[in-house]
Amino acid sequence: MVRVEFLGPIGKAPIEVEAKSLKDVAKELQKDPELKKWLEECAVAVNDKLVNTLDIELKSGDKISLLPPVCGG
Amino acid sequence: MVELYTGDLEIEKICGKWYKWSLDKNFGAMVSFIGTVREEKGIEGLSFDVYEPILQEWFASWQKKAKERGAVIKMAHSIGNVAVHSSSFIAAVFSPKRRVALELIDEFVEDFKANAPIWKYDLKNGERIYARDRSQKISGSGILNSL
Repeated sequence: MVRVEFLGPIGKAPIEVEAKSLKDVAKELQKDPELKKWLEECAVAVNDKLVNTLDIELKSGDKISLLPPVCGG
Repeated sequence: MVELYTGDLEIEKICGKWYKWSLDKNFGAMVSFIGTVREEKGIEGLSFDVYEPILQEWFASWQKKAKERGAVIKMAHSIGNVAVHSSSFIAAVFSPKRRVALELIDEFVEDFKANAPIWKYDLKNGERIYARDRSQKISGSGILNSL
């Protein structure tokens, strides 16, 4: 199981999903209609490192974070 | 390390502390940028969420770039609510000569706006409203939707 965290304004509690790769996580999250607009806009981090491909293998206990558009300052 | 504070920043205190720290480091220049909450569209203030692990890593990569140019960056930011006419962000660059500090503060603040994992909300009638129209997608966004 990997843990998926939804940061900032997404306002959704973390979930655990069965996934062997980031692709599996994407497939799982795409099933949730409430997440659809966020998936288009969010950056993704695996264990707190930003990634730019879904071709990443995951192991149990990995943390996936979704980061919506930002505006600091 | 980014300094994070709950609520508005005590700018005089933070800025004074950094200035004193710098005096015996032989820097010839200190350039600071301070972000203050403006009164507009009837907001009572702004509110911020921060994701610290990635923020600190992002900042460390900038500190490395600054070091290569003989400079040091300092930054502080608010978490939670900040009322209008108070400040939520300060950054400062210290360098031996002015040009590096002036250029670096510009590059740093622009990248901060585009990539630092901080989310802004307007405070209106006690409600927290995500400032989506002023927010920018972090580079690489949208991959989860790309299948």
